Amino acid sequence: MSPARKRRVRLVVALSVAVILASALIYTSFSAASPTVTPSQLVHEAVAGRSYQLTGKVESGSVRHVGETLYFSVQDRAGETSVPLSYTGTVPDPFREGREVIVTVEKQGSRYVGERNSLITKCPSKYTVAPSKTKTY
Amino acid sequence: MNGLAVLLTLVLLAAVMAVVSRPLLSARKPDESDTPEQAELEAAREAKYREIRDTELDYRTGKLSGEDYQSVNSALRTEAVEILDRLDSLGHEATDEQQEATGEQQEATGERSDV
Amino acid sequence: MAELGGASLILALTVCVYGIGASLYGVRTGRAEWSESGRRSVYALAGVLTVAFAVLELAFLRNDFSFNTVAETSSATTPTFYKAAAVWSSQQGSLLLWAWLLSMWSSLVLFLTRKRMRDVSAYATAILLGFGGFFISLMVFYATPFATTNPAPPEGVGLDPLLRHPSMMIHPPMLYSGYTLCIVPLAFGMGALLARKVDAEWIKAIRRFSLAAWLFLGIGIMLGARWSYAELGWGGYWGWDAVENASLMPWLTGTAFIHSLMIQEKRGMLKVWNVSLVLATGTLAIMGTFLVRSGILNSIHAFGGATLGVPFVVLIGVLILSSIYLVSSRRDMLRSEHRLDSLLSRESIFLGNNIVLVGLCFVIFWGTYFPLISEALTGHEASVGPPWFDRYTVPLALILVLLSGVGPVIAWRRATLANARRNFVIPLSLGLMTLVVLLVTGVADSKPFALAMFCCAAFVLGSVGQEYWRGVRVRRTIAGEPAPLALVALVKRNRRRFGGYIVHIGIAVVFVGVAASSSFQHASELSLSPGQSTKVGAYTMRYVRPTAAITPKYDPAHTGSTLSLGAVLDVSKHGKYVATLTPAEDFYDSGEPAQGSVGHLIGGQPVSQVSMDAGVTRDVWSAIAPNINTPRLKRIVEIGNKTIPIVRPDEGMIALAVMAREYMKAPPPAEFHLIVSPLVMWIWIGGAIVFGGGLIAMWPAPSAVRRRVSVRARSRAAQGLARA
Repeated sequence: MSPARKRRVRLVVALSVAVILASALIYTSFSAASPTVTPSQLVHEAVAGRSYQLTGKVESGSVRHVGETLYFSVQDRAGETSVPLSYTGTVPDPFREGREVIVTVEKQGSRYVGERNSLITKCPSKYTVAPSKTKTY
Repeated sequence: MNGLAVLLTLVLLAAVMAVVSRPLLSARKPDESDTPEQAELEAAREAKYREIRDTELDYRTGKLSGEDYQSVNSALRTEAVEILDRLDSLGHEATDEQQEATGEQQEATGERSDV
Repeated sequence: MAELGGASLILALTVCVYGIGASLYGVRTGRAEWSESGRRSVYALAGVLTVAFAVLELAFLRNDFSFNTVAETSSATTPTFYKAAAVWSSQQGSLLLWAWLLSMWSSLVLFLTRKRMRDVSAYATAILLGFGGFFISLMVFYATPFATTNPAPPEGVGLDPLLRHPSMMIHPPMLYSGYTLCIVPLAFGMGALLARKVDAEWIKAIRRFSLAAWLFLGIGIMLGARWSYAELGWGGYWGWDAVENASLMPWLTGTAFIHSLMIQEKRGMLKVWNVSLVLATGTLAIMGTFLVRSGILNSIHAFGGATLGVPFVVLIGVLILSSIYLVSSRRDMLRSEHRLDSLLSRESIFLGNNIVLVGLCFVIFWGTYFPLISEALTGHEASVGPPWFDRYTVPLALILVLLSGVGPVIAWRRATLANARRNFVIPLSLGLMTLVVLLVTGVADSKPFALAMFCCAAFVLGSVGQEYWRGVRVRRTIAGEPAPLALVALVKRNRRRFGGYIVHIGIAVVFVGVAASSSFQHASELSLSPGQSTKVGAYTMRYVRPTAAITPKYDPAHTGSTLSLGAVLDVSKHGKYVATLTPAEDFYDSGEPAQGSVGHLIGGQPVSQVSMDAGVTRDVWSAIAPNINTPRLKRIVEIGNKTIPIVRPDEGMIALAVMAREYMKAPPPAEFHLIVSPLVMWIWIGGAIVFGGGLIAMWPAPSAVRRRVSVRARSRAAQGLARA
């Protein structure tokens, strides 16, 4: 085989391997992913045994500590539906009522159980653009 | 707007205009120390010298056999001389060489290699 | 003074517009004085933005609460260091920091290249000013740091206590320096394509900027990981969070670029690849900057509600489209001059390294943006978690470390197979020995990836150690110096190579630390009462007694908390005392009167004070979540709220003192998070090694050496040819 041909073969082989690996990656990402849902979506779609990424605000007045378990409800940003759940594991410092959280939950029977250590609380909004109040130059 | 702020802003504006307009107002053309071609060749020369030193180090640390070293080395040196020739034709290197030659005489020798 | 700030922003924007026009006019008409004026506008921009930045800094330091951003993020009681750093804790302030850093780096770079690459510089100037103008426009039109309120509020809200840690305050400037430095090679890459001059001169210039960007970005990433581990209560240093990933991606492509650039330098190959990498790095840096402030991805940093999203998306779109256009329209001049001489060559290993690094970047990109991708493709938003990332990045990381051990042993251009085989003996033996020892001692049982990483790291150490050894030996043969001097001289004269080797050792060390601390960690979360103990790994940890303090007198971190509840933990191993840990939870004033006169004193966001014993072989890490809501403690708060007027916080503190005593007298069980993590310290040590090596590689060779080289090489070049 001429050197040019050899190079082309190598290139084709390398590209094919890359494409195959990338496809494997892409394929598994869809099956390994958990859907991100808001409380209203969760209530409608939840299937027992599947995990979901629940995002929303911690409902005021819903936070209770019982032993090692934390009970709280997550509600839509707009405030309609709220989902009560139980959670064990690390609770991030910023966690409190009114904060936005992301937690992986699974429907068990009629209750929602948070996956251990999956609770993330978003840093309090530092980076929102507040409507400029009195703009004086 | 309070007075001090206005004054400082004007000062800032004046400074900016001074800095930015200098080349436009001065009759002098901006300093042209190198033609682009010369700069390019000098950069290529430096890179080629580095390659030669690297290959020598590779040989001395046992990564190349004597044969392989000779062939890579002469290939590199040919490429280097090409670059030097092109620089020569730009007429500048002669002066450089003289300066460097005097510099070398002042050095203590004992270094037979660039490693 | 806010007027001065606002005016300087508008002036800065004008300078940008002028500079772009002047540079482009100068380069298109060949009138150098206009290009020069364009370059000077970058200097002018740096000056004006320095004034703006100084105005803002002074406002913070002087507690000028008429500035909205000062009132929102600082307070009179915030310690001075954090006041100074609070400037960049807000959206507006961080935009100003970004623009200012960009203008400073751009000025430096353009000053250093003022005599060279005229055309390329002119285009690069226009592009850099374009970026500057973009960020300044964001401030002028969307989020100005100089908005004021009249009359000024008497006191500010204060800095979020989570940010009151030195690493956290240095992390943004470091990271932004890294991001803005990535824009410089991007500008010179685009400039080179526009000027049709991708050549040796360009390589020489861009290599140094790229190394600097890589260094700063890397330090920023490390600092972020360290902060997360030492300050946040989850005990980890990397969570594959979207924002962490966003800073890692340009670093990966930057690393690939530094390596593949050498191939272009030597063989004139991979020009398209290199230019694409440089453009990708800059674009990824912009995407990283955008992610933090846009709210498009769910992450710790991403805040709800689109804020500056649209302008950034437009910028990123423009960057991607123009990059594709530039590269494809210039592909003639980007043709390779040579081909790979041999598969057994260092160039070929570098190619492999590039493929792995880009592959890593692709995996992380896919995982990070997956919510958006899945939404676009399937209509449902979904996300992947850390296990998915680990599954693909771990094998790639292994290959990367392995390659970094193979590279040093192979020669440039064309290695001799017999020699290469011989040179692998020592590194391979070291790797195999490590494998045997670890298997026999059962240390790495059931963790194949960790085991593989340890062996690869040993391989790298053997390979690099061998290189150093041989290099010193060669030098001694030639110059007759004693070994230590020979070593120094060797490194000084071959900084790139030996600096690079140090970086590889550092990377191997980092991965050893990561592998050990992830695979062999023992963690425990449980409730303990005073006197109880628990076993974590080989360590016994006993809750000795509770601690409680109000407005601590001696507070080295100047956290300004009102009440602090914690514990004293006794750590021992096999009966022998190891350390005493004092984790605590600090409570802060929330400033909300609705919570009551005593309630608001502890109603602010609490911050966990992690306590750990860091050691060479392991870290013992602890955090506590004390129960502040026992019936008795709640009762004290209720009584206080009823009886103490809200305008007397000093009396409120008395209630806190009563709570503290109550907590000490009858401590309720507290939640503890305890971790024993092996070899964590080596991650930080490895990071320091990487950056030390990077500095060495980056350091310019003394020109004296270059002069000696040029004369002798010239005559020998001629001699060599006479012989050949």
